[in-house]
Amino acid sequence: MLSRHANLYSIGEEEIEALEVGAAILGTGGGGNPYIGKLRALQVLREGRKMRILPLQALPDDAKVVAVGGIGAPLISHERIKEGREGLRCIRALEERLDFKIDAIACEEIGGQNAMEPLIVAALADLPVVDCDGMGRAFPEMQMTTYSIYGHRSTPSAMCDLHGNVVIFDHAASELWHERLARACVIAQGGASSLASAPMPGVFVKRFAIPDSYSRAISLGRTVREAQRNNADAVEAICRFEQGQLVFAGKISDVRRELKGGFVAGEARIEGFDNHEGDIASIIIQNENLVFSRNGRTEVIVPDLIVILDIDTGEAITTELLRYGQRVSVLALPCHPLLRTPEALAVVGPAGFGLGHLNYLPLDDADVPAAGPMEDAKQ
Amino acid sequence: MYRLGIDVGGTNTDAVVMHEREVLSGFKAATTQDVTGGVVDALEGAIAKAGIDRKQIDKVMIGTTHFTNAVIERKHINPVAAIRLGLPATACLPPMVDWPADLREAAGDSGYLVRGGYEFDGREIAPLDEEELDRICDDINTRKTKVASVSSVFSPINQDMERVARDHIRKRCPDVSVVLSSDIGRIGLLERESAAIMNASLLSLSERTVDAFAGALASAGLNCDFYITQNDGTLMNADTVKHFPVLTFASGPTNSMRGAAFLTGERDGIVVDIGGTTTDVGALQQGFPRQAATEVDIGGVRTNFRMPDVFSVGLGGGSLVRRDDAGGVTVGPRSVGFRITSEALVFGGETLTATDIAVARGEADIGDAARVAGVDTDTVEKARMAITQLLQRAVERSRISPDPIPVIAVGGGSILMPDRLADLDVVRPENFAVANAVGAAIAQISGEVDRIYSLENGLTREECLKQAEEEATEKAVASGASPSTIETIEREDVPLAYLPGNATRIHVKVVGEMEGAHAVAAR
Repeated sequence: MLSRHANLYSIGEEEIEALEVGAAILGTGGGGNPYIGKLRALQVLREGRKMRILPLQALPDDAKVVAVGGIGAPLISHERIKEGREGLRCIRALEERLDFKIDAIACEEIGGQNAMEPLIVAALADLPVVDCDGMGRAFPEMQMTTYSIYGHRSTPSAMCDLHGNVVIFDHAASELWHERLARACVIAQGGASSLASAPMPGVFVKRFAIPDSYSRAISLGRTVREAQRNNADAVEAICRFEQGQLVFAGKISDVRRELKGGFVAGEARIEGFDNHEGDIASIIIQNENLVFSRNGRTEVIVPDLIVILDIDTGEAITTELLRYGQRVSVLALPCHPLLRTPEALAVVGPAGFGLGHLNYLPLDDADVPAAGPMEDAKQ
Repeated sequence: MYRLGIDVGGTNTDAVVMHEREVLSGFKAATTQDVTGGVVDALEGAIAKAGIDRKQIDKVMIGTTHFTNAVIERKHINPVAAIRLGLPATACLPPMVDWPADLREAAGDSGYLVRGGYEFDGREIAPLDEEELDRICDDINTRKTKVASVSSVFSPINQDMERVARDHIRKRCPDVSVVLSSDIGRIGLLERESAAIMNASLLSLSERTVDAFAGALASAGLNCDFYITQNDGTLMNADTVKHFPVLTFASGPTNSMRGAAFLTGERDGIVVDIGGTTTDVGALQQGFPRQAATEVDIGGVRTNFRMPDVFSVGLGGGSLVRRDDAGGVTVGPRSVGFRITSEALVFGGETLTATDIAVARGEADIGDAARVAGVDTDTVEKARMAITQLLQRAVERSRISPDPIPVIAVGGGSILMPDRLADLDVVRPENFAVANAVGAAIAQISGEVDRIYSLENGLTREECLKQAEEEATEKAVASGASPSTIETIEREDVPLAYLPGNATRIHVKVVGEMEGAHAVAAR
């Protein structure tokens, strides 16, 4: 029934191209490069399938919404590209296991690669995608969605690989357990799989999803492309569009990365130029950019978005591509209020990343550096 | 002993004779359709000017943009059987899926997907489907395709399956040349596969071109070894280029920047290479071109070669100077290009070009200055301002810091460069017009390793880096580098994100001087 809803609108190749740019920016350094996902989405469109977006508020209360996404290492999906129907097999397996029909697909994570997967799955299944996501950016783990934070139990879930394996996680003792079990399984499946979580009622999604994720990411991407075409300042255009702040401009002077329990942890140091001459910035990385400090003072903290952009093109640079000598702009964008509540901050605030010694300071209040010298985020 | 550096560009072929660190002579000739003519003209000119005995030349290094231009112009591209080993993975994106349609067409648009390939940890995705390979071989024979590329998922980790497939194809199609993706590129399937397909499509051109180079040298009585420069400013022997033409794709800008560094002794600066139609601007960092952070498009195809971060603007010696309706003056991007020697005013033509402006202002002494005496002063001054502005903006873009680094002007069109650009001094090396050829003459030899290591069984990151470094050094020495001069220029490890199991991707590159050219290393 939802596939004929009056408020549905279709998106095409132009929107997918823009989404690639917007999703990469909202990836805040992580989430993987959406390029392969974009190509897959374009292929699906060229096969004549329809991609339709349903505005969040048009979602009926009793609609059954399933969030899908990829799980694994982004680098692997650039080499061992998907077979293509993994996500579709996930939702079919879930429907069979729970004996129901999905009304709409939702996005787990609008930042990075995972922006594309729901569109592809939905197009293959002839379902709409709700204009929302669970993060409004990228986060490294599954329990870090607003869906999980505000009470959704994401099992039973279905995880599929390209070999045809279907794994049902029948019941996880907590959202964190689900993440751990899925992460272990993805290794056996070759490092990159798709996963569909237990259905959510429309009324829950309307209340707890980050709204307008697709329309926002697509418009953001268009803004950047337009600035590039007109030789305008893309970085400034992004700031204006996102109500963000340009917090730093400089040259990467050092990048340090190490493995920490399967995640990449590290730090990028940036030597300032232009208005920031003489300043040294540091960005703490755990797959995504987590903490921005200037001269040892912490200024921007996760879950607010810290985006590193190529200073000339305004395109996002992922943490994997950070290299010595790159000239970058650092942007801080405020996160959605749903990520700023105490229950959200426990999961996606500094404490959720083992940075419990830092206090989250909402970006809008943090225009001026914090009063006392805060501890350097590097322990 | 002497070295001869030759740069074969789209418009000009330049040659220099060098003795250790000294440039003895430089000569510019027009590139000819058959390549050979231009090469002979240039090298004869340089040898005559240097006044040396050609028997004393023991090494020739050639830089060429021939293969890049072939892709950009869609010329001399042969159809390729593009075979990928990886099913059931990768089924959703066939080979060449992100290529411009005209290039895909030129390359035959025949992609084949076969069961096979590896997982990140070396397990097989599926055993190689040899029966399917047989069917593909039949197809190749029916279509009379002459070249094939084989790309397996995760072949940078394990090359075996690509090799088995190659041997299989050779048995059934003995006349077909097979290119393996693992010989060319790094992790990133589509980019590596595209490079392998482009390489295969250029094989017959590279065979002809390298033979033409050899013929030109032989006809000039030069029977020494010759080398061709690759993307990173290091050398390949000529035979290797026959098999790997794509590795020369970015050698043009790399050579000009390395040559500029060498000629000025500057390690850091902005190099501005002004040609006939375009100006390439890039930054030098510690004597090497700064690398682009993102994927680089070649003729509209995404590749993951490491290439210099070069910014091009449509300004050159042949750029058209025109008045617009509002009384302003525009310079470029249209240009008379290589026809400058007949169309520019100072050369007796009828078109006002950027070169004419430089001559009119007395900044250059080329052609017949009397022919530009009549150009009105307002046009000349406004054009001069427009040129300076274009250059200034391009340099600002490549500038890494507010430090007063020098701007190094090279290339035939560098007469357009003022002596100062805003707050930056302009350095104009002697032999500025043949910096590319100098860059070729001083090129080094490299070895590279890029692989995913599993940090298990007590293996540490440091040990893996060391292993990779040793392997890269062995590769460089095998290609002719002198072991005592080898240094590591890239050393990078990127742990695989979002994945337990401590897998890390290590990339190491070493460079060394060519055996027998030690004196050049004394820096």
